[in-house]
Amino acid sequence: MSEEQIKNLETQFEARIARDEKIEPKDWMPEKYRKTHIRQMSQHAHSEIIGMLPEGNWITRAPSLRRKVALLAKVQDEAGHGLYLYSACETLGISRNELYDQLHTGKAKYSSIFNYPTVTWADMGAIGWLVDGAAIINQVPLCNTSYGPYARAMVRVCKEESFHQRQGYEIMIKLANGTPEQKEMAQDALNRWWWPSLMMLGPTDDKSVHTEQSMKWKLKRKSNDDLRQQFIDQTVPQADLIGLTIPDPDLKWNEETGHYDFGEINWDEFWQVVKGHGPMNKERMKARVGAWERGEWVRDAAVAYADKKQNRKEKQAV
Amino acid sequence: MTTKKNWPLWEVFVRSKNGLEHRHFGSLHAADEEMALENARDVYTRRNEGVSIWVVESKHITASNPENYGELFEPAQDKVYRHPTFYDLPDEVKHM
Repeated sequence: MSEEQIKNLETQFEARIARDEKIEPKDWMPEKYRKTHIRQMSQHAHSEIIGMLPEGNWITRAPSLRRKVALLAKVQDEAGHGLYLYSACETLGISRNELYDQLHTGKAKYSSIFNYPTVTWADMGAIGWLVDGAAIINQVPLCNTSYGPYARAMVRVCKEESFHQRQGYEIMIKLANGTPEQKEMAQDALNRWWWPSLMMLGPTDDKSVHTEQSMKWKLKRKSNDDLRQQFIDQTVPQADLIGLTIPDPDLKWNEETGHYDFGEINWDEFWQVVKGHGPMNKERMKARVGAWERGEWVRDAAVAYADKKQNRKEKQAV
Repeated sequence: MTTKKNWPLWEVFVRSKNGLEHRHFGSLHAADEEMALENARDVYTRRNEGVSIWVVESKHITASNPENYGELFEPAQDKVYRHPTFYDLPDEVKHM
């Protein structure tokens, strides 16, 4: 195709998106659209998969059967969400194994929030309440994104995720209304997860390199700073309600703007964790790659069994 | 780190309740059809989404190409006489 023809196709493509038409896998798309979507969707899928690890850590030690079945169901949902997203990503012509490879070699990123440790049971509460809360704010606009398979996967994800946040908040309510030690545990978890949750919504708008293009493709509908403000505005009253204190001395309701003002985010910490120097980066990759490698014989055995059954069927047919 | 042979891709169709058709839900990887059904149950019906599942290996699906949209689907666009509203009826005729 000549450069002019490509330019022409690109103009038509942008017009389709502007008209709110969906793009489906076999439609022509600019290479950059394909690459950007593979990057974002796979990053999202990887986050779901790695996101199971910090919570999996507490399944066997959940304080009651009620908490245990809920946490198990949540972690199982995360596996499911990872799988929806990987399949959606594969419609863009990349194989599952390539995607796994990118995760396992560190070429692809996952949400840096999962590189923090889960040291007490209250962390299960804080993760559901804050981390899933921030994730929902990020994800709801994606239900309308331009790429059909991604939008459809996100509709399922969002529908299932609302229980995740509620189960987390319920854990926090219980602890905050419990013994002084339990309340302290809840406060400590909030202290540790608050700032990383704010960072989860991404770098500030002036530092975010992909925002403009992503807005055009409806991969993003609100800027990182707007999403962060929305998260803070909705979460602060929830903390007040259960008597916990947001660990930010500069946090203050601003009558004029109708929003909370908040303190400086430590972006150095964010970039350190993104670059692999968070407290749990190594541990997470070790657990993930280890699980994949230890599962290899199972995957191979399943293929051998499938082949054997197929051969037997063919022989009987002769 | 890769297995000798990759699990093939399957498309999953779910009937949400009797009386409705199976609808495409998504896809997954599995070694054979039995595993594809089991995985489909776990991945796509955790909340009573269905009463019946079909799985078919993706390679068996033949799809039309968007490039042929014009020749395939445009001819239907100017055939308004295939719709009941094309025909004039006297007001007196109530149900037709």
